[in-house]
Amino acid sequence: MMTTPELPTAAELLAALPRVDDDAERRLHARLAAAALDAGILDVAFRTVDTPLGALLLAATDQGLVRVAYAREDHDRVLQQLADTVSPRVLRAPARLDLAAREIEEYFVGRRTRFDLPLDFRLSAGFRRTVLAQLPDIAYGTTATYAAIAAAAGNPKAVRAVGSACATNPLPVVVPCHRVVRSDGTIGQYVGGVDAKQTLLTLEAAA
Amino acid sequence: MGHQPFEAVVQRYGSTVLRVCRAVLGPAAADDAWSETFLSAMQAYSTLRPDSNVEAWLVTIAHRKAIDQVRTQARRAVPTANVPDRPTTHGQPGGWESDLWAALKDLPLKQRETVAYHYLAGLPYAEIATILGGTAESARRAAADGIATLRKTYLQPPHDRDAEGEAS
Repeated sequence: MMTTPELPTAAELLAALPRVDDDAERRLHARLAAAALDAGILDVAFRTVDTPLGALLLAATDQGLVRVAYAREDHDRVLQQLADTVSPRVLRAPARLDLAAREIEEYFVGRRTRFDLPLDFRLSAGFRRTVLAQLPDIAYGTTATYAAIAAAAGNPKAVRAVGSACATNPLPVVVPCHRVVRSDGTIGQYVGGVDAKQTLLTLEAAA
Repeated sequence: MGHQPFEAVVQRYGSTVLRVCRAVLGPAAADDAWSETFLSAMQAYSTLRPDSNVEAWLVTIAHRKAIDQVRTQARRAVPTANVPDRPTTHGQPGGWESDLWAALKDLPLKQRETVAYHYLAGLPYAEIATILGGTAESARRAAADGIATLRKTYLQPPHDRDAEGEAS
């Protein structure tokens, strides 16, 4: 236990090096995002946008918006899914998502009734994808029943499959699965929660 | 589960790698080395084995980038990389942090590298030996020599270490 008090340990000595400041980290991160975009290796860009329904995660490939996620879906888990299914080259890079963020902000203040964004549907396939393709045809401020969408998708008996297509919609809000309701007049389930679905329908009814 | 999102790698290791780059290259050239390191890492990320030591992998890449920078600095031999006279935005103006950068800068390259990789990145000497070549023992010795020199060059003018609340 005999130590020489005047001599600091190496760790103490090097603790005198300044911690990396947040400014430097932000600057370098932005530089990395720009360089990755230039180099064509920014496979998945993401950012969040604040809405009355909490922070929404937005993610885009070079094809377009690929994922919108509510906080209740757990953004870290969603990013891991994107890493597993699209590419692990996932980086916070707001620039690619500026337009999507702006349109979503406009939507939530009632100034936008349809989205004009390139969409990447690679996260859904088969009948689910066919269902999702029908949804933008449901006009803003109106609703359609699961049964009607099943018929429009070419399979009137597939009402439950329409339900699961909506429940697994990778692009909620933008692809308006919230406008699909039950035939008995109740609003049904929603990936963002029933309250969120009600909020969106109320917002659209008021506009 | 495969690779984590690359963003998680940047969040977790970004500041450590920047400190390593700063210690080896000085603050001025470190930004370029950091940027090139993470761009290369992102490029090669999907080929990294998922059970790899990510930090050692990043330090290995940073090491190669730093070597490139050191060669460039040596070729140019311009004095503009000397920053100690600039007022620091951390702590006291002209304070102890820049003295430490200067003291690090005066160490031989291998000592700077071993000190940074071991004490800042936390890599064991065996790992450092695979990055630098040579043996773990020679890496350990270089780091010990570097620390001994830093104690002399950086701490010799007596000053009040207690005033520097950053040790942790």
